[in-house]
Amino acid sequence: MSPGRAGAGGGLARGLAITLRTMSRRSATRQYPDVPPDLPPRSRGVIALFEENCTVCMLCARECPDWCIYIDSHKETVPAREEGARARQRNVLDRFAIDFALCMYCGICIEACPFDALFWSPEFEYAEYDIRELTHEKDRLREWMWTVPAPPPLDPGAETPKELAAAHKAAEKLAAAAQAAPPRAQDAHAQARDAHAQARDAQEPQEGNA
Amino acid sequence: MMAELLVIVLKVLVVLAAFLLLPLLVGQLEHKAMAHMQSRLGPMYAGGFHGWAQLVADGVKFVQKGEVVPAAADRAVYQLAPAVALLPYLLVLAVVPVGPGAVASTLDLGLFFALAVTGIGVVGMLMAAWASANKYSLIGGLRGAAQLLAYELPLVLAAVSPAMAAGTLSLTGIVQAWRPWWLLWQLPAAVVFFVAGLAEIRRPPFDMPIADSELVFGYLTEYSGLRFALFILAEYAGIVVISALTAVLFLGGWKGPLLPGPVWTLIKVIALSFVVIWLRVTYPRLREDQLQKLAWLGLVPVALAQLALTGVVAVAVAS
Repeated sequence: MSPGRAGAGGGLARGLAITLRTMSRRSATRQYPDVPPDLPPRSRGVIALFEENCTVCMLCARECPDWCIYIDSHKETVPAREEGARARQRNVLDRFAIDFALCMYCGICIEACPFDALFWSPEFEYAEYDIRELTHEKDRLREWMWTVPAPPPLDPGAETPKELAAAHKAAEKLAAAAQAAPPRAQDAHAQARDAHAQARDAQEPQEGNA
Repeated sequence: MMAELLVIVLKVLVVLAAFLLLPLLVGQLEHKAMAHMQSRLGPMYAGGFHGWAQLVADGVKFVQKGEVVPAAADRAVYQLAPAVALLPYLLVLAVVPVGPGAVASTLDLGLFFALAVTGIGVVGMLMAAWASANKYSLIGGLRGAAQLLAYELPLVLAAVSPAMAAGTLSLTGIVQAWRPWWLLWQLPAAVVFFVAGLAEIRRPPFDMPIADSELVFGYLTEYSGLRFALFILAEYAGIVVISALTAVLFLGGWKGPLLPGPVWTLIKVIALSFVVIWLRVTYPRLREDQLQKLAWLGLVPVALAQLALTGVVAVAVAS
């Protein structure tokens, strides 16, 4: 309000009212070390490694924009399971480390991981006095896994996740096949195709997903 | 003889205790009230419960700090200044009546004494400003002097009004003569006295002599440690004194329903101290020219008009 409209006294009184009103309300202070902060879901605190899922494909390390992921591994020979089969090889993870002094928390490694081995955790209290301590080795990254929250529920109206959509489709296909029962062996192939089309019609909104 | 001496010692002790405790209380009130007015919490740790011991911790910290006297400073004056700034307020508290007959020193000229002694506090500030040998201190001191010249006049004129109405200069006498309807009759004088008192003790929005964004810290720039703490204590003691004088002159001192007199005095002093803090949080600092304009074009005419009104009504009531 311009001072001219209410006169100088009005402005002064408004000022006093504002401070008094603020005083009667709860203060905005977050008492952080005493009261843990209320973080939003999907907060980017630290990256956790689910070591059991890692296949040492190195995709995360290669996608990392600032090269802060260090991976060492060796190959082990898995003896043939059946007589006469060929022995196979698999990768064994020796070292997996993320240097959080370099990490810029872009989350590209987590997006890139095809095996769900990397996750965001909301924990953020891992400051150190020595910068070298910020390189978390794989045992420490594995420990962060325990702090990873369950994924938040989907927004209303969101697309069904791919895995669920595929499962639904398979189930509907089976049901359709059972309904069109009297089995005429020679037509089985055509029937299956019809069921497939039916299922697709039923799931029209998710077409792009199918 | 012995008993008399004991009573005097006791009175001095009580005044000293009030002098040391009330400013701390006001200081803590300022910490918390200002914080909440700014949507903060203020001190929360010292002492455990909502930072009640924050000022004690501050005091301990100030005592530990080194006393630095600038090489070019006028050493004796520099070191004496905090005492000169602080002591007048202690002396004023001695003549403020807290209850009927409960006053440390009965003076017939109580009001005169209080106003005269309050002015000495400014001398302490001028001493600090001049002796610091620092240009910021000096500018702050000169601003303070100009402020004193401008605001002493409305302060005294406003204080004369209740004295005229009561027909006495004794603070106890003024409270005894006070009637509730004086609240309305003496309202302009009360406002002028309170505002001029704020300027007298250099509280924001009248803190041009300190003006930390322009003058570093004005006349306090060079001070550190215990002497700085004494200046800060003087500021809070000043709040208590101005609030107490306003309460005694315009709000009827110890008069009030139900509760005993001294409690009413305390309530009024604390409430006025809160208003002092409230004004500090709400308003920005006045510019030097605005400061002078407010005194000469605002407060002095109002005080003079109030004096005329008081005179007319007093004569009308008497006849």
